[in-house]
Amino acid sequence: MGEKRDVLGLVLTLSSAVALMVALGMVFLYAPREATMGDVQRIFYFHVASAWVGFFAFFVTFLAGIGYLARGERRWDILALSSVEIGLTFIAMTVVTGSLWARPVWGTYWTWEPRLTISAVQLLIYVAYGMLRASVEGPERKARFAAVYGIVAFVTVPLSWFAIRWWRTIHPDVMTGGEGMAFTSRMGHTLLVSLVAFTLLYATLLRQRIKLERAADVLTRLRLRAQSIAK
Amino acid sequence: MPMIEVRELTKSFGPRVALANVSFLVEAGEFVTLVGPNGAGKTTLLRILATLTRPTSGDLLIAGLDPTKAGEAVRQRIGFLSHRTLLYEDLTAEQNLRFYAQMYDLADGPARVGELLERVGLVERRHDLVRTFSRGMQQRLAVARAVLPRPQVLLLDEPYTGLDVDAAQALTDLLGELVGAGCATLLTTHDLERGVAAADRVLVLARGRIVHDEPCRAIALATFSETYRTLTAT
Amino acid sequence: MGFLIKVWAIVVKDVAAELHTREMVSAMLVFSVLSLLIFSFALDLRGAVAQAAGPGVLWATVAFAGTLGLSRSMAREQQSGCIDGLLLAPVDRSAIFFGKALGNLIFMAVLEIVLLPLFSALFDVPFLLPGVLLVVALGTLGYAAVGTLLASIAVNTRAREVMLPVLLLPLAVPLLIAAVQATGGLVEGASLGEVGGWLQLLVVYDLLVVAASMLTYNYVVEE
Repeated sequence: MGEKRDVLGLVLTLSSAVALMVALGMVFLYAPREATMGDVQRIFYFHVASAWVGFFAFFVTFLAGIGYLARGERRWDILALSSVEIGLTFIAMTVVTGSLWARPVWGTYWTWEPRLTISAVQLLIYVAYGMLRASVEGPERKARFAAVYGIVAFVTVPLSWFAIRWWRTIHPDVMTGGEGMAFTSRMGHTLLVSLVAFTLLYATLLRQRIKLERAADVLTRLRLRAQSIAK
Repeated sequence: MPMIEVRELTKSFGPRVALANVSFLVEAGEFVTLVGPNGAGKTTLLRILATLTRPTSGDLLIAGLDPTKAGEAVRQRIGFLSHRTLLYEDLTAEQNLRFYAQMYDLADGPARVGELLERVGLVERRHDLVRTFSRGMQQRLAVARAVLPRPQVLLLDEPYTGLDVDAAQALTDLLGELVGAGCATLLTTHDLERGVAAADRVLVLARGRIVHDEPCRAIALATFSETYRTLTAT
Repeated sequence: MGFLIKVWAIVVKDVAAELHTREMVSAMLVFSVLSLLIFSFALDLRGAVAQAAGPGVLWATVAFAGTLGLSRSMAREQQSGCIDGLLLAPVDRSAIFFGKALGNLIFMAVLEIVLLPLFSALFDVPFLLPGVLLVVALGTLGYAAVGTLLASIAVNTRAREVMLPVLLLPLAVPLLIAAVQATGGLVEGASLGEVGGWLQLLVVYDLLVVAASMLTYNYVVEE
């Protein structure tokens, strides 16, 4: 049985590779050197881009959860769990890049800056989602509970965002005191390209993860069939 | 009209098939015993009939009603007894029954509770916490809970588990007394002897399928045991 | 009408069970006092530091003690398969949700009735202001609602009660931030208007989580 050509997967892989290279080029060559922070600031583009993807991935899981509860079909569950895994990676990247950026600029590994804080919260939600899945027995129950948690958790995320921002406005971090960045239009372009590149990367990884899970399902079915024949 | 009507019922948990194309009927007033080895799917089947679980495919009618459309009406007519008591240990016997009477919207709640406490012989212990009851007493109270709403369909999931000979006999007697005349009863058990003795008909469930369906009057226990062993051999 | 009667019957059942044993509320209380002690030692809470930390310590304690009560309340339904007893009955699943959530709210309220005067005295902070009571009520409502939903999920996992704080606390972030900020502002003399933004956030949070929990509860309890 031959492997069917995965055209979509190929297109995604190529386009995200190209987009990432363009983004990298822009980050280092096109974007200006930031006035106060220097070259270290260049990490900002990927930091924001991964934060965006982290949030978007969670939104996808939210929609997939609704889809699963409405239809009860395994493919919605596959989408949900795949998006969580990929999203978790991006959110972890957000937290790490934020930390790497904070150290040379503000002298500390962690700041309670709104974007970083909300990313930390989302990271914990992702981890909780993963732990929940691991702790439930039975594929149907696992999918159902995960869908419910994904939906309710996502509802709280915008509220967390507002709460954290107001909290930071009332009690600004003495050290960071806000973004402190001089934003130019070139930076805007670079950011946009980074966002697109990372979104394409997300889509590519998502597709691969979905394919992997589907293959695992086929394997399980075959294994069960083999077991019942052997009996 | 049959009280329980099951057609091509299938239940799968992901890739694993627990029940496959199960079909049978239970008429009003009939007592049917379902026997089968562990893992055959007996509990799964009963939970589907009790509307606790939804089937993957197939049709189910309880007292002529479709549980997916008339869920509450169906539940009003079902009584369920299992080896788990479904009783709150931190409440008294009376509090337990009164609570369920309210859940079932019984107009004569308090009176019905009093009547049942008497008939199961727990009147003196009505204000005692269920936690202090012996297993046999808990099972008697559980029977009271099951028949509280005067069900038309009674589902018994291995209720004899953990009961000694006396308690088991008491349970059988109690069921005989309290179950209404027109009630359709479905009992699952591993105990072939008791199962066959009590029933009008016996079904055998093996690996998720009904493999045998026979009226009990015609059965000699020895022959049936042999048939059962053959049907359920792996 | 039958719906409300059944909701109330579930609440009464939970309260009656707790009255017979008193184990849950007493455990929550003892835990809270111990937690207060640990915070006091850990953060060296004295004088002005205590006053500043007061609202935070209060809400952290309520949040953690709350998970104890929520878990226990759901575990009671798992014992002897009682949740099946509820599901077998002709009861709307959302009535079960409201009944359990309301019961959990009552238990947390009982805890708070003891904690608020205690914390006021220990931290020398006026926690018994009407504004603060309003914030406590709003915060507890949201926490009990989403907590009831998540506890129903948690009891069905292998990790059981341990899973509840992991699931609940990240979702309680907006509630805890708003509650601590509002409480903090009010005890320092701010008017209700001044903490209005936080109150609004609490109300929106409550509405959203109650709605989300109510709509998804069905899917948690039914197979």
